[in-house]
Amino acid sequence: MNRLSIIGIGIVAVVLIVAIFAPWITTQDVGATNLSIRYLPPTAAHWFGTDSTGRDIFARVVFGARISLRVGIVVVSVSAIVGTLLGALAGYYGGWIDRVLSGYVFNVFLAFPGLLLAIALVAFLGAGLNKLIFALCIIGWVGYARLIRGQVLKVREYDFVQAARALGAGDARILFVHILPNAIQPLIVQASLGMAGAVLSEASLSFLGLGVPPPAPSWGVMIEEARDLSTLQNAPHALIFPGLAIALTVLAFNFIGDGLREYLDPRQRKR
Amino acid sequence: MKRKIFGLLRRVAMLVLVAWTVVSLVTLLVELVPGDPAVAVLGEQATPDQLEQFRQKHGLDRPPFFFSFPEDENGSRHFRWFGWHNRYTDYWTAILNGDLGRSFRTDRPVVDLIWERYPATIELAVVALLIAVTIAIPLGVIAGKKRGTLTDNAVSVFALLGISLPSFVIGPMLVYVFAVKLRWLSPSGRFDWSDIILPAFTLGAALSAILTRMVRSSVIEELGEDYVRTARAKGLSERKVVYKHVLKNGLIPVVTILGLQLGILLAGAIITEKIFGWPGLGLLLVEDGIGKRDYRIVQGCVLAISVTYIAANSLTDMIYRWLDPRIRVS
Repeated sequence: MNRLSIIGIGIVAVVLIVAIFAPWITTQDVGATNLSIRYLPPTAAHWFGTDSTGRDIFARVVFGARISLRVGIVVVSVSAIVGTLLGALAGYYGGWIDRVLSGYVFNVFLAFPGLLLAIALVAFLGAGLNKLIFALCIIGWVGYARLIRGQVLKVREYDFVQAARALGAGDARILFVHILPNAIQPLIVQASLGMAGAVLSEASLSFLGLGVPPPAPSWGVMIEEARDLSTLQNAPHALIFPGLAIALTVLAFNFIGDGLREYLDPRQRKR
Repeated sequence: MKRKIFGLLRRVAMLVLVAWTVVSLVTLLVELVPGDPAVAVLGEQATPDQLEQFRQKHGLDRPPFFFSFPEDENGSRHFRWFGWHNRYTDYWTAILNGDLGRSFRTDRPVVDLIWERYPATIELAVVALLIAVTIAIPLGVIAGKKRGTLTDNAVSVFALLGISLPSFVIGPMLVYVFAVKLRWLSPSGRFDWSDIILPAFTLGAALSAILTRMVRSSVIEELGEDYVRTARAKGLSERKVVYKHVLKNGLIPVVTILGLQLGILLAGAIITEKIFGWPGLGLLLVEDGIGKRDYRIVQGCVLAISVTYIAANSLTDMIYRWLDPRIRVS
């Protein structure tokens, strides 16, 4: 693993700890407004200052980590499982199953720009965290499916798979015991980059008002609230801290993904 | 020749099938609205008469699809066939006549609204693309040429930052610096030529980062090829080797990415347009469509953006095949 991915793992560990121990890290109420202390700069009492309604930005950033990671973990897990199953099915059985799945279904999902499909789904279903997660899963699985299909196509021709077949192993056993464990390595890279994408998408949809409804402390909502001209003028830190939180988290997952890719593909290691 | 025509036909058929599914999904999206769309649009205070009138006017009183499984008094479901007179065929007939319905709020044809906003979005996407290319090619070439050096690392970190910083963070930060602090540019709107600078930079930032990485690895790959050694051996200057030979070959994969990115830019423009009040399709979708629950506008915008995306992708694919004969053969 290269240096950048170690840094990435460090940042992700910090975000994870912050998310798990949020109530112990800050005792401030994330929703409590107090107009007499609005636009405060960072001080000892309010580490990241306060926003346009006097809420503590540090507390909101800390609790925002919970929403981001929850969305990321659920979306990546569900997408990876569904994508792996469908991709494996298409790659292993080939024939008309493959033609329908990879020739048609995958292409239909790739024909929409992902973010647009998520926006459209949430716009019609109504805003909310669970609907947002559902929409991100709908756009997320196809990347994993394509990846696993390609891997399965390659691995199913290996000698040990032929040997297992000759010994009389059934399709399920060949697929789940012999092929998938050997095909799944690049999935880890994709999952890491997928976490970055999910955190970013959650913030984007929340920014558009389609995610967790305010006053929930999503990083995207915080940025949306901080971007009006009077807040920008009086309290630019209200934009900078949640912005940094998103950027660092996404950067960290990208570092890990890039590092893993290099680690798993020796040809890239020299570059 | 026969195989070639057959292959082309199969690709066109696939494209038609995908486009048909995309349009069908968009037409059926309105069925996802929980409860009654008429109540969602007019509000709880609307009288039954008003609701009924609204449903009739927008065809919402007709069955949604060819068939359904409605529940009877006993709670059991039965198959029921509605025939050709349903919302799905209504929408298709309208689309084939170039009609996307009327806005639920303003009663204006959605097609007109889209045509009014379309040029602004395309303008923004194209300028963003140009900015991204102008930044990415020199940076990528320098990083590739000086691989492993401090310059290369600095460019790589810049690129990763560009990918990780979302537009809704970059945009307001640019507004803070150039509109609030320096007062050089206006924070929003589309009145003066300079108004496009901030939105285009915001939209192009991530793309410039992706392209920089691509150009870099492409240059590294090409520098290892035999023709580079030959060019160097015959005494060409390093500058000529890189800019005349390496860049020409290295740009082929970059061109593909560019085409694919044009569609992604269109989707990304939704957020950028909201940040800067840029009156394009994205703002129409977010403010007039989603914000005011005008589902017809949402359908129309999603359709317009998706169709542009599919068209841009197919065009790129064709140009790419034409440019690189190796792909045509495989």
